[in-house]
Amino acid sequence: MTRPLLKLDHLRIAAASGAVVVDDVSYQIGRGEFLAVVGESGSGKTAAARAVLGLLPPGLVRTGGTLLFDGEDLAKASPRQMRKLRGPGIGMVFQEPMVSLNPAIRIGAQMAEGLMLHARLSRVEVRRRCLEMLARVQIRDPEHTFDAYPHEFSGGMRQRIMLASVMLLRPKLLIADEPTTALDTLTQREVLDLMVELARDHDTAVMLITHNLGLVARYAQRAVVLRQGRVVETGSARQILSAPREAYTKQLVEALPRRAERAMSSLAGEPLISARGLRVEFQGRQGLLRRAPATPAVNGVDLDIGAGETVAVVGGSGSGKTTLGRAMLRLLPVAGGTIRFRGKDVTSTIDRDFRLASQLVFQDPYSSLDPRMRVGEIVAEPLRHLPGLTIAERTERVEAMLGEVGLSGFAQRCPHELSGGQRQRIAIARAIVRHPAFVVADEPVSALDMTIQAQVLKLFERLQAQYGFACLFISHDLAAVEQVADRVIVMQGGRIVEQGSRDDIFDRPQHDYTKALLAAAPVLHFAEEAVGAP
Amino acid sequence: MKLRANTFVGGVLIALLAGTAITATFWTPFDPLRTSLRERLKPPSALHWLGTDEFGRDVLSRIMAGATTSVIVALVTVVLAVSVGVLVGGVSGYRRGWTDRIIMAFTDALLAFPGILLALGVMIVVGASRFGIVLALGLAYMPSVARVVRGTVLSIREKEYIEASRVLGNSELYTLARHVLPNAIAPVAVLATSMFGWVLLAESALSFLGLGVPPPAPTWGNMLAASRSYMENASWLGIAPGLCIALTLLGINLLGDALRDRLDPRMEQG
Repeated sequence: MTRPLLKLDHLRIAAASGAVVVDDVSYQIGRGEFLAVVGESGSGKTAAARAVLGLLPPGLVRTGGTLLFDGEDLAKASPRQMRKLRGPGIGMVFQEPMVSLNPAIRIGAQMAEGLMLHARLSRVEVRRRCLEMLARVQIRDPEHTFDAYPHEFSGGMRQRIMLASVMLLRPKLLIADEPTTALDTLTQREVLDLMVELARDHDTAVMLITHNLGLVARYAQRAVVLRQGRVVETGSARQILSAPREAYTKQLVEALPRRAERAMSSLAGEPLISARGLRVEFQGRQGLLRRAPATPAVNGVDLDIGAGETVAVVGGSGSGKTTLGRAMLRLLPVAGGTIRFRGKDVTSTIDRDFRLASQLVFQDPYSSLDPRMRVGEIVAEPLRHLPGLTIAERTERVEAMLGEVGLSGFAQRCPHELSGGQRQRIAIARAIVRHPAFVVADEPVSALDMTIQAQVLKLFERLQAQYGFACLFISHDLAAVEQVADRVIVMQGGRIVEQGSRDDIFDRPQHDYTKALLAAAPVLHFAEEAVGAP
Repeated sequence: MKLRANTFVGGVLIALLAGTAITATFWTPFDPLRTSLRERLKPPSALHWLGTDEFGRDVLSRIMAGATTSVIVALVTVVLAVSVGVLVGGVSGYRRGWTDRIIMAFTDALLAFPGILLALGVMIVVGASRFGIVLALGLAYMPSVARVVRGTVLSIREKEYIEASRVLGNSELYTLARHVLPNAIAPVAVLATSMFGWVLLAESALSFLGLGVPPPAPTWGNMLAASRSYMENASWLGIAPGLCIALTLLGINLLGDALRDRLDPRMEQG
């Protein structure tokens, strides 16, 4: 191999408290190469990448090792030299598109900033190049975009704009830190495809920081696996995914959800809960004299869920899947249609039996637990509506439930002392402890790390087998859906576009939108060549 | 939990105030109301540690008795303002809609007046008495509590654990009391400590203007007001109550900071 473009050699980064964040990490990227840096939260993958740019967050310092970029020692570079390097040398795309563009500056001005700084070009030339690049990233109407503000664009659009403004400087290395984690599957695919295409055209090397092995399989040539600040395994993406050598890598690959044989519970007899022509509307903005017309978020949905059945709802952001889940629990006002629970109409009056027999598991385990309560109190709370339970029985039941989710002895802890995965287990325990008949799980694992996702999904499946509750499983992660669902409904624009058994949807999709979703899902499929290969 | 220097200083100052206020209820060096024409305007001495005032009353005794009055008035006022404010703000933020608009219009109207002016108005109506001060200052400070609580509640009610509580079948009232208000209490506690200081100051100001606790009962405010005429030849008359007010405020602010740090559950070492 010729001289690598970037070489990290025995890099060490420590926090001010002395905790070692990155411990002796070495890896390299060749020119035009696509490298994936894989790891879970706390693996130091982001810290190492930020050290390359000299942009470590306050509190973290590089304590050893060298960083060679294009033969230049970045550790010895002055702040002035580093500034010159950022942009034309190394560009970076961040995770959160909603906050990485300055909301007060027009798109054009933000894109032009880099060009003005690093290239001597006339205003006309700058504008021409920006428009060209916007067209390149498939933004409709670049002229209008150039003069627009960031808030006018969706997350996916903003990430394209971000990408455009970084690639405008034709960097030799593009660092993309979880660039699509906040986007839905379809958008993720589009943005990453664009990134690969642009990188290939400009001969830019890409360092993709991700926790998603599906993306590694699809795009990367080589991969580095990090864990707790150390390199676990380095190799070609294909080797790492198909023949992992280290135990941790194997564990990561095994954590990928797979289609499991399920005893398909077919919908026989009376459904547990059913919706007919369900409509949910969001009120328009209240004007001085009139209201803007309401927009339907869920528009005429028919849905039956049998006892003990898992129905998955998939769709991109804005498809109305979360709204549907909330409406089925009658947490949102229903504008039209009916919901029946055990044959009883619960559309207009919230039936007490229905309320006590239905539960919700949230996406974000950080905001779904009351920070002032202890874990034991949180799990005990649903039981206060069960009459005739003595305090001893209640405590016993809470302890048993905590044992079920693998957290016995945690009753006295506070939520902030727990990890994301543990919190989600608590949230599940709270939902299950009253033995509900119907649970809505709204993206229950998408905020968690891969290995934790697998554990939580397994737990969820086991509990469902044990307690036999029906579940409406809302997700944009098709891999998770494939693992747990009996039936799948596909939503787009508030309507169901396709529904069927899991195998039918995954193996014989009919609707174009379903096909597009499935094609975009990052799964461990190896193309003969990774897309990123030159 | 490490005891930091400012927590310690604040604690000592407030403990001193509380101790003095309690002691004064059963013992002072002299009767704070006993006048003596022969002992008029004596500078600090071994007998009268802080000197005597224009009627020959012992300043130290009056400071101690004044502490009792001031602490009781401030405490009752803060309790009144906070309990009404939390209720009003909590309901307003949680219910939203028309309830919110009406309540907020009312509190905004109260906030539009400077607190002390509002209190003056109320004092004129109900008359100068301890009860009047508590009512006037309580009314003047309640809106700021309501505002703070409403803002916090507005953000908390959007949290998922509130929705979780609703899915559990808990009533609105229970959710408000069990999940919303406890999480909104931290900013209120901080506000309440600083408010204790403001009320102390406002009570002094009202007394200074002659609308506070009526003489001859001593408060720091009316002592300060009375000292004005003797500023040049009996400076100790003004220095003693002035210093007391300043030190108390300092202690309260230090304690308020410490309280804010302690009340955030995430700040505890797990």
